[in-house]
Amino acid sequence: MNKLTKLFITFLSAITLSLASISSSFAKVEGEYIVLGSAISLTGKYSSNGVHTQNGYNMAVERINKMGGVKVGGKSYKFEIIYYDDESNPKRAAQLAERLIKQDGVHYMLGPYSSGLTKAIAPVTEKYKIPMVEANGASRSLFTKGYKYLFAVLSPANQYLEVAIDLAVEKNGGKPVKIAQAFEQDAFSQDVRLGILDAAKRTGSKIIIDDKLPKELNDMAATLAKVKATKPDVLVVSGHTKGALTAIRQISEMKVDVPMLAMTHCDAAKLSKQHGKKSEYALCASQWHKNLSYKDKFFGSGKKYDKDFKKEFGYAPPYQSAESSAALLVFKDAFERANSFDRDKVRDALKTTEMQTFYGNIKFGPGGQNTAKPMILFQVRCKGDVCENKVVAPTKWASDKFFHPIPKWSERG
Amino acid sequence: MKQKDLILYVGLIILGLAAPYIFPAFKVQLTILCVLIVLAMTWNLQGGEMGYNSFGNILFYGLGMYLCASVQVGMFFPLAEWTESGGEKTFEHTTTQFFQGMGFGLLVAAIIPTIVAGLIGYAILGLRGHYFAICTLGLGIAAGEIAGGIEIIGAGQGFTTPPFPKDIVDPEARGKFFYFLSFIMLIATFIFVKWIYGSRFKLILNAIRDNEDKAEAMGIQTMKYKIVGWMVSAFFCGLAGGIMGGLIGYIDSTDVAFDGREMGVFMVLMAILGGKGTLWGPVIGATLFHFLKEGFWTFILGWQYVALGVLIVVIVIYFPEGLMGWLREKYPERFGEVVDEKDRKAQVELK
Amino acid sequence: MDFLIFQAPILMVQASLDGILLGILFALIAYGMALQWGVMNIINIAQGDLVILGGYIAYSMYLAGIHPGWGVIVSPIIMYFVGWGLYKLVINKVVDRDLFISILATFGIAIVFQQLMNFIFGADVVVAQSEYGTTMLFDNSVTLPNSKIFSAFISLLYAVILVIYMKKSKLGRAIRATAQNARAAKILGVDTEKVYAATFGINAALCGVAGALIAITFTLHPYVGLPYTVRSFMIVIVAGLGNLPAVALSGMGLGVFEEFADYILGTEFRIGSVFMLLVLILVYRRFKLSRKREYLK
Repeated sequence: MNKLTKLFITFLSAITLSLASISSSFAKVEGEYIVLGSAISLTGKYSSNGVHTQNGYNMAVERINKMGGVKVGGKSYKFEIIYYDDESNPKRAAQLAERLIKQDGVHYMLGPYSSGLTKAIAPVTEKYKIPMVEANGASRSLFTKGYKYLFAVLSPANQYLEVAIDLAVEKNGGKPVKIAQAFEQDAFSQDVRLGILDAAKRTGSKIIIDDKLPKELNDMAATLAKVKATKPDVLVVSGHTKGALTAIRQISEMKVDVPMLAMTHCDAAKLSKQHGKKSEYALCASQWHKNLSYKDKFFGSGKKYDKDFKKEFGYAPPYQSAESSAALLVFKDAFERANSFDRDKVRDALKTTEMQTFYGNIKFGPGGQNTAKPMILFQVRCKGDVCENKVVAPTKWASDKFFHPIPKWSERG
Repeated sequence: MKQKDLILYVGLIILGLAAPYIFPAFKVQLTILCVLIVLAMTWNLQGGEMGYNSFGNILFYGLGMYLCASVQVGMFFPLAEWTESGGEKTFEHTTTQFFQGMGFGLLVAAIIPTIVAGLIGYAILGLRGHYFAICTLGLGIAAGEIAGGIEIIGAGQGFTTPPFPKDIVDPEARGKFFYFLSFIMLIATFIFVKWIYGSRFKLILNAIRDNEDKAEAMGIQTMKYKIVGWMVSAFFCGLAGGIMGGLIGYIDSTDVAFDGREMGVFMVLMAILGGKGTLWGPVIGATLFHFLKEGFWTFILGWQYVALGVLIVVIVIYFPEGLMGWLREKYPERFGEVVDEKDRKAQVELK
Repeated sequence: MDFLIFQAPILMVQASLDGILLGILFALIAYGMALQWGVMNIINIAQGDLVILGGYIAYSMYLAGIHPGWGVIVSPIIMYFVGWGLYKLVINKVVDRDLFISILATFGIAIVFQQLMNFIFGADVVVAQSEYGTTMLFDNSVTLPNSKIFSAFISLLYAVILVIYMKKSKLGRAIRATAQNARAAKILGVDTEKVYAATFGINAALCGVAGALIAITFTLHPYVGLPYTVRSFMIVIVAGLGNLPAVALSGMGLGVFEEFADYILGTEFRIGSVFMLLVLILVYRRFKLSRKREYLK
């Protein structure tokens, strides 16, 4: 034997040993803990929403653990989450899902933030038959792939702004409207766009501007100039927080007059705080609002959740946090009903979930989407300099009347 | 000497074949490692041997990824309907369809980028030095932005590649399939690159690197060789892209396919880390880089990118010659015995 | 609808004005790039990230209750020292090296900057409100935000100040001398090390100004730096090093090109077309130069 071979063998065995010891160090249920795994965007372009998601998860974990944990087989277990940072990158997210399942031995997953990342993770969890409850992947295509282990507590993305088009048609006396739209080039926003296309087809409305914004673009001046020239009845903008903020800034600066402005991510962007009165009358789609009348025994009502969350993290919870917290309530419920840690039993229990949480009713459709909860529309309204989000649709929870049309900039103070 | 080499190669191949069974949990990382090594080795042909520091090889990688997936879908189903509406309709590949599609897809994924490299090579490779570097950087990013606007390959929605056939029940099968696919590619690349290292072609590339004008004056048609060199890189990059696309399962234009900010730069770094212009340098560089990267991700959650950035700065400032170059300077004798004997000998003989 | 711009000619006016105002801002960043490239022979990939950092400084002032417009004075001062520190820490080790090394090293710096900004300021997209109002032309059919006009004006102002400074001051002369021939300058008693540090500082300061202007005209986010780097690189290649009027002109040209690409090709290809243009310009340049070479032969 020469030196080379010896060295080689030593090197090999060292790696084998170290890797082998890593791969067996975790298990699905460890002592009194049920281990959940999640890849979350702590860095990268989605990191603020990723942190909202993580805070939502953590808040629910803490609350459930404090209030007795999860009772399975007469024994009380606590939740624990292993997080990895996916850098807002689908490639990384898929690798991390693999890693959570294979190396950390996680048997139950929580979703990442954003549709694109969920799309990247779902094939992995499906392959290993790992139940995943996700709270931030709304893309419709997630629910048409026949995934059996994917459950989403939120309504699909195409429903986000469909209602807004219906509202516009209604305000137009039932006649079709002209729609201008600008959507960012990512899975979620493009799905919102599909919803608008459907709604336009249904109502016979015409789409006169259909722009797609590159991810790095922070200038919408050209789109808005087109809007000014063509005078549509509705302007729809979706592009995570950047889209919402850029749109309001440039609409107000370019004095673009549209009768109706519909957007997404207003509350995550803290629109009413960052732009104040300029954002007034913007109509926003939301999965949740604190004024809704849903209740559960862990968080109480939406208002209570809002208060507790503010105390814990120092800011008002956007819906991304609320839905994330709800995901854990769903898991707890499913574990207790399955009364087992068998993955397939848990999955079957998830399948038959029917419950109310502070966030809304949850019941999963055949594709895994939540079918029991409507989307909410709220409108930014200001009193003096203080702006608030007021629910305007559906009528059951509407606290204010929908204000239409938006006054012209020349008439706004 | 020969025998020692033989032991090394046989050992490595056995290690490679056994790896997915020894570390069943790390199959994906091992697959990615193979792909990274291929990318670093082929980049090295360009940046290390030819002296053309390209940031644009990611173009071929992304092209291969989209092509392989498109062919795999398009052979059996209408591609537009697969990607339209983010795949509202569900089509399922049977086992044979999946593998046929994959095989044919990989073929296309390798050939088309090679042709593309040949076509644009004349224009792009006429640029020298940093103009070439920046131009290829722009090319890679432009490709990503443009792919993000093309509807038939999913545009901003992304492209979900065909899932592994359902009839194969073994959950490990997919991981094994992609691992061995990439391992075979790695071996093929290695053999090919090693063959190039022993050929006249490599000497010509070196001549271009050392002094292109003089090489030209000596009657070498530099442009022809530069283009061929680039086409070789493109071939393997396309292949690697096709495999990665199938492995990840979801293609996003800027984050997965034309990922110039990560993959595009990583392949350069790996080659530099290991040592530009050596046969083993990129292999060692890629392995080390992969270990470091995975380590950062595990142990310094959230700060990994800061660590990576610092690592990049440290590598290019303090180890521009790479690990191989640094070791060679520091411990010439011991270094030679570990892995790189033949290569070093070859270098010495050359001198 | 793709060619709306030809049906409504007033849009051309809007697009051109938007483009020109935008272009002047790009030109300011490009001038910084030309400066460091010419003097130190460095290509700085982190240029765009320095810009964004400058923007965040203005934004922090806005949060503290100071009008962000003052950012155009405070931000360059802070950024000068950031640039100076960066030079002492990293850049001085890549000055005499291959350009490729500087590209990679500054790429590493860019990653670190992005990540640190992400930690300090969060990944939220932020805006600083200037409340400058809007100028309306042609019966309200063309609107120009005053913030854009302000930013173009400030950019020009800084550029003029810089040109005068370069011509008149001692340091300016030393910088120009070093750019012409570093070794000769050194022999004649110029402390090139100091000159380099100052040059990089001035470059960072220019980025700071541009960043503050971007904070009040557009939105800020830790990860949007790279397009600014590429734009400035492109402007420098077209304009050449150290020719300020040409830099300003090609900056405006790029701005107008972008706006028109948006209308004609569609918004989704806007950024892509900028990068494509870079490739095309380089290729064009290569063929032009190769003709020259043949002619010389």
